[in-house]
This record gives sequence, C-alpha cells and structure tokens, in this order.
Amino acid sequence: MKILKKLFLLVAVLSFAATAPAQAKDSLVLDGSTTVGPIAKSFAAYFTKNYGVQVTVSESGSGNGAKSLINGACDIANMSRGMKDAEVAAAKSKGVDPVAHVVALDGIAVVVHPSNFVSALTTEQIRDIYRGKVTNWNQVGGPSAKIVVIQRESNSGTQDLFRSLVVGKKNPITKRAETQASNGAVKSRVATTPAAIGFIGLGFVDDSVKSLSVDGVKPSVETVKDGSYPVARPLFMVTDGQPTGNVKKFIELNRTEDGKQMISELGYVNKY
Amino acid sequence: MSQTNLGENRMSGAFVVSARKRTIQKGMKFAGEGLLFAIASFVAVVVLFIFFFVARDAIPFFQLRGFAEFFTSTSWYPADAPGEFGALAIIYGSAMVTVGSALIAVPLGVAAAICLSDVLPFSVRQYAKPVIEMLAAIPSVAYGFFALVIFAPLLQNFGGPIMMWAWWLIAGPFMILAVIVLADLLTSKDGEQQSGTNVKRVVLSILFSIIALGFLYWVGMSLNAIQVMTGTNALNVSIILSFMALPTIVSVSEDSLQAVGRELREGSYALGATRAETIVKTVLPAASSGILAAVILGIMRALGETMVVWMASGNSSHIPDPWYNYLDSIRTLTATIAGDMGEADQVTGSARYHVLFAMGLLLLIFSFISNLVSERIVVRQRKILSGQ
Repeated sequence: MKILKKLFLLVAVLSFAATAPAQAKDSLVLDGSTTVGPIAKSFAAYFTKNYGVQVTVSESGSGNGAKSLINGACDIANMSRGMKDAEVAAAKSKGVDPVAHVVALDGIAVVVHPSNFVSALTTEQIRDIYRGKVTNWNQVGGPSAKIVVIQRESNSGTQDLFRSLVVGKKNPITKRAETQASNGAVKSRVATTPAAIGFIGLGFVDDSVKSLSVDGVKPSVETVKDGSYPVARPLFMVTDGQPTGNVKKFIELNRTEDGKQMISELGYVNKY
Repeated sequence: MSQTNLGENRMSGAFVVSARKRTIQKGMKFAGEGLLFAIASFVAVVVLFIFFFVARDAIPFFQLRGFAEFFTSTSWYPADAPGEFGALAIIYGSAMVTVGSALIAVPLGVAAAICLSDVLPFSVRQYAKPVIEMLAAIPSVAYGFFALVIFAPLLQNFGGPIMMWAWWLIAGPFMILAVIVLADLLTSKDGEQQSGTNVKRVVLSILFSIIALGFLYWVGMSLNAIQVMTGTNALNVSIILSFMALPTIVSVSEDSLQAVGRELREGSYALGATRAETIVKTVLPAASSGILAAVILGIMRALGETMVVWMASGNSSHIPDPWYNYLDSIRTLTATIAGDMGEADQVTGSARYHVLFAMGLLLLIFSFISNLVSERIVVRQRKILSGQ
C-alpha cells in the first residue's frame, strides 16, 4: 500500500512538474488529512477529467496539511479537525488568512448485536463501557451478560475520532477491549457476538448489526447532517482567503450532483 | 557412437589419470566444496544478521524505557501521548496459546505418529500421512478466516456442548482403560483363587465404572453449563494452532519412529514382548530424540504464528481472569508486532517503534533457547541409548 501510495505520489509529482511551466495556473496542490484523502482524490480525478486541471493530493495528516498551507506549499489543506489557535496565529503572522470549508461530514455508529434489546445509550454510558467501569449489559438496562468491548487498532482514524469524541483522549480504553483491524472485521464480530459492542463508520452499517441511538439521537445521514448526532465531525478543506477560480470550483464540487454522489459512495455524509 | 565414446573416456579416466585431469579434478573438488561451504555458511550468516539487526533496534527501547515496565506492567497503550509499554500481558498471552496448543497437539500428534508407523497397515498409512501433511499446506490466513468467521461464532453459541462432547470423547476411552487396568491390578494379588477373583473383579469393575461414569457426567455437565462470552479467545486460537502444528509433529515423529528400524522391533518380539510393550518400551525410547525435535518444531510453529492469532485471539492485552481462563481473549507478541507496525514506522526512533523490535528479540531468544535445550536433550538421550 505504502509503496503504491509513494509511486502514485511520484507519478503525480512528475506529471505535475512536467506540466507546471506551461500551465502554472491550471494546477492544484492539496495536502493534509488521511480521512479527507479519499474525497480529495476522487474529486481530483473528476476535476482533471472534466476541467483538464492537474490536481496533486498528498496525505500527510491534518497537522502537516495546515503547515503546508501556512508555508504556501499547497492551495488547499485537507483537515479532519478545525485549525488550532496556534496554527491560526502562525498563519496570520505569515500573512495567510485560513478559511475553512466543510467538504463533507463523517459519522461513527455505535453498534450491537441485533438480539440485544438495548437500543440507546448516552455518551457517558458508552464512555464507561469503553473505560471498563461498566462491564455488564444489565448495568445499562440490557440483558445480564458480560459486555464484549470491541475497538479498532491504534492506527485507525475511526478509533482516533471515537476516542476524542466519546472516551476522551486522556482516558485509556479498558485492557479487556478486543481489537479488530478494520470496519468490516468489527462489524462481523459484532454481528456474531450477542454481548458485543463496537463502532464503525456510518457507511458500513447494515442489517447484520444494530446501531444505537447516542444521547437519544439515531445515527443517520440526516442526524449527522443537522449536527444532532454527537459522534460525528465535519471534514474541512482550508484555503488562504476566500477561494477563487479553480480552487473555488474544486471546493464547491461537493454541491454538484456528481460530487454528492462521490461523497456518499465513499461512505461519508453530504453537507448539502 | 557418442555414447560408446563417452564410455571409453570414462573408463580410461578411471584407470589412467593424467596430471592435467588430476589438477582439474582437484580444482573442481575445491570449487564444489567451497560453494557448498559458502551456501551453508550463508544460512548461518543470515540468522546472525537477523539477530543483529533486530537486537540493534530493540536495545534503544530498553535504553529509553528500562526493563521493569516492559516485563512487569500490563498496561499496553503505545499510541497514547505518554505511551505505556507494559508487555507482561502480551508475553503471557503468547505463552498461554503456545502451552494450550502444545497440550492438544503433542499427545494427538505423537499418538497419530505411533498409529501410522506401528499400528496401521502400510496401505492405509500411504494415504493417511499425505492427508495429514495437507494440513501444513493450508495458508495461515485461511485458518484465521475459519477461526474468526466460523469457529468463533460456533464457540459462542455451542461452546458448552462442544467442550462437553470433547471431554466425553477424549476422557471416555481413557476411563474405560483405567477401570479395566485398576480392577485387574486390585484383583491379581489374589493369585490362585480363580473363581473368587472373577466375582471380585466383576464387582470392582462395576463399582469403578459407576464412579467413572459419574465423574464423566459431572465434568461434562459442568462444561456444558459454561457460557462462552466471546468466541475469539485463547481456546479458539489454541485449537486452530494445534491443528497447524499437527502435520509437523506427526510427520517428523513418524519419520523418527520409522528410523528405529526392523531389527529393534523384531528383537523385542523375539524376547516375547507384545506389540504394546514393544511400542512403549522399545520403539518410543529409541525414537524419543526425534519425537522431542518434532514437538519443539511444532511448538515453535505455534509460538511464531501471526495471522491466526491476529484475527482470532481478540487482541485484548490483559491477563485473563482467572489466569487459566482459556475462554477469555488475549493478545500475543506476534499479533502485536503485526498490528502495530503499520503506524509505528511513521515514528521511527520512538519507543513505540523500538518496542516492537524488543518483542521480536524476545521471540528470537525464546526460540533460540528452546532449540538449545532440545539439542542438549537429544545429545543426552543418545548417550543413554548408546549405554555410556
């Protein structure tokens, strides 16, 4: 994967370098979050095909994306979190005016086995389950069964988001928690284990598992969109000042029908 | 034409060796031996290199964090801001599945090898052995998929009954054997009184049978009552790993049993030993070093296996409660290395990166020690057998 990614980058950079002198204005450089990466890459392919503009997408993480934008190394910074105060200050001191645009929304569904009659939990309850304070379903109004806690491995973005939104970055997840390597593996474990609880990207939810209401809100495209579902976050594309020309066109792809389709096909939620 | 010419040449070469040919022969011999030596030492050098490079990246971890945390703490939070690198639970998990799979695979494998080499007729053996060896050809990811998708839900839904039936199937025959032998031993002292002993034997047999049946039933029922909460646990992995280790154990021990040879067996029969006595008292001791090597190889296979444990052990880094609870999920060294490598390589130089090499070094050292131990035992066994 890594090598492929690097090769892809190399090819992209080379082709960019080859065309850059001739049509310097007709190219875009994006850098930043690996979560926003898939959207940026499908937008890039679409943009190049329809407008003949070369688009280079790097995935170096939100922090590096912000750094690139501040240093003028990219046109758009992809970020799965808002700009930190320190980053805004650094940008201002370099004469960069960061403007964030929500490109799409990302939600995480907390799922249990379909036979479990618990259908709603509060954020507190989920936090206590993942911290190991609550170990039996009957403590949260369910059947008497020891909770099988399932998490993702430490390098998962979903795990990262879940920890920061629900468990709290400072709080360690219980040592008893089982670890699975992908959204699919978590789903299959939860689907076959009556006492399990897990979390997966909204796009992965189907009938084999039951998604819980969190703080009384059922996860869905609608509730993620209107901001009422708590385990969700906006994904940003940040520009220097109000975008114009190709940058504006690129960022506003998410308002077009094709753009919306690409976003929902990737399992994210449209803002528009 | 050419064939006869070649033949003549060879003939003459064999009888009259010219100085030039001798030089060529010497040169060829030197080149051949040198090549073989180079290949053989290359393998040794590769092992040394692996040791060197793993150790080189492992030592910085101990310099950064010391030994105490790694070996005594069970807090494994490598990704947190101040990371915690307690690997005790992970080391324990590795030990647990290795012991578990050895407990299943060794008796089963050695028994199967004895059966193949000394009990079954040759024609059956011809088919049975390749089938057992087929187990080794299945890719480990297929085992892992089976363990995760089929075996784990099966254990969750029917864990109790499965364990009950396994207990009955395994313990049942042993109980029958124990009852017969016990009744025999207790009555054989009576010596002359044939009719009396017969009655006594029957009564004792019935008594023992009832006790044995009660015991079988009681243990079976307690096993049946167990609720398996999670199917991705140490038992699941131990069973799958034992099946992966089986072909190695069966194949190597069967070879060493075969190598004992006809003479020893026939000598034993000639002294009036039965087949059972021959197997237990002659063949097994003579083949013990080979069987031991087979067992060590099988255990190494189980310890080093990664894919199955990564998929089906549950990967929760805690010591099961209670410590012998095989129905709890665990995490092993190999799975941790595989699972954490993906992100750790982005932070080269950090404790999080080096800790994985520390785990690799631990695995290497362990296999090195067990190889040394088995070597020692084999040497000692040979000395005993040769009567020194």
